[in-house]
Amino acid sequence: MAETAENTKQLEVKAEKKEALFSKKNRKLVTDPLDGDNPVTVQVLGVCSALAITAQMMPALVMGLAVIFVVTCSNVVTSLLRNTIPSSIRIVVQLAVVATFVIFVSQILEAFVYETAKYLGPFVGLIITNCIVMGRLEAFAMGNKPWPSFLDGLGNSLGYTVILLIIAFFREILGSGSLFGFKIFESMGIQYQGNGLMLLPAGAAIMLGLLIWIQRSVNGYVEEA
Amino acid sequence: MNKDSNIYIVIYTVALTVICGAILALASEGLKPFKEANVAHDLKRNILATTMDISSKNKEEVENLYKQLVKTSYVVNAQGEKVEKSVESINTMEEYSLKRDKPQDRLLPVYEVASQENPEKTAYYVFPMYGFGLWDYIWGYVALEADFNTIKGTVFAHKGETAGLGARIVTEEIRKRYVGKKIFEGDQLASVEMQKGEGNNYDSDAHKIDGMSGATLTGKGLNVMFEEYFGVYKPFIEKQKNKLSLAK
Repeated sequence: MAETAENTKQLEVKAEKKEALFSKKNRKLVTDPLDGDNPVTVQVLGVCSALAITAQMMPALVMGLAVIFVVTCSNVVTSLLRNTIPSSIRIVVQLAVVATFVIFVSQILEAFVYETAKYLGPFVGLIITNCIVMGRLEAFAMGNKPWPSFLDGLGNSLGYTVILLIIAFFREILGSGSLFGFKIFESMGIQYQGNGLMLLPAGAAIMLGLLIWIQRSVNGYVEEA
Repeated sequence: MNKDSNIYIVIYTVALTVICGAILALASEGLKPFKEANVAHDLKRNILATTMDISSKNKEEVENLYKQLVKTSYVVNAQGEKVEKSVESINTMEEYSLKRDKPQDRLLPVYEVASQENPEKTAYYVFPMYGFGLWDYIWGYVALEADFNTIKGTVFAHKGETAGLGARIVTEEIRKRYVGKKIFEGDQLASVEMQKGEGNNYDSDAHKIDGMSGATLTGKGLNVMFEEYFGVYKPFIEKQKNKLSLAK
């Protein structure tokens, strides 16, 4: 009996080891947050920055890339450290890891894309407090291996970036008549008076609300009591 | 070792702090030359932006224009005397924050900018300034025409004003409101005051401009900055004016 149990255990371990890098389960880690489990529109996390820096595509893209880097790297590092972290200071350790990556990103931006860094201002530093980052570390990376943690971080930050880009697309084109600073309407010879509301955070809130509404009605998502 | 023992926790936090600190210190030092070059370029861009529209110019064009148009810059004190220091050695933020209650002790950079039509003759004087908005520092550059009274243009920046409200000071819309306004009334400093409320017309008043709705305190910060800095630049300006009238 004991032998059989051990065999089964070994088989399980082998099966776990053999799990393909892009198995269905792993693929879901990336694809779920893009739609059905989106951190912004479904979990309603990271909304503050989604409202603040989406008046133009360029800053939204840079912010998205920064968050992808921070969440993915922090997830992998936390996952690597997970068995050594004392439980009583785990939040402090997670914060230190996140803060290190965020400050690193902020330095890189200041050195190589200064104008965008200036525009993003405090919001790069505030990635530290973005609930998506801490949420993924605490909920996923602390209990999973580095590779799934990498995929989970990638998926969630991509989900965040996609929403940022959608909001920024509509805000920039409706608010300034341009995309990535390129005057679309003017180049087509159309006179376009920008909608000032779209440039204000209120315009972003309206866009985000509409997006959440559309996505939830398409997916049939219902808020649990 | 027991993960929850105090000694483990202490060693763990110390090691983590040292490693994170070392990584960031290395990154900061390694990227320093790039960051400094960016800050220097940004200054040039701001100075030129007070006198002309350079929004579509790239980095190289701005550098060339600066070389062509900004030939003289110097540092003055609040008594209007030139000081033997280069403008690069003056950090306006430190001059402001370290001598907050003693504006008369601050060292003040001045940039002379020529116009594109006549690159040999100084047409504008650009004065950098610093202040405090609602939440944090605000700063700016104000260009006066050669009469030392009429504002040619302004550039403002801020560290943490509210997005969509006080942060509007960086926009063209707010900057434009200052153009053509006067700093002095006769010999007296009258400054330019941003008013409370928005949507009023102050075209007939040379010292008032329309306010920013929802950002009255940032506007007050701008007013204090203007008054304080033109107060300390005034002796220099008066000396220059005297020189000009003697030359005439």
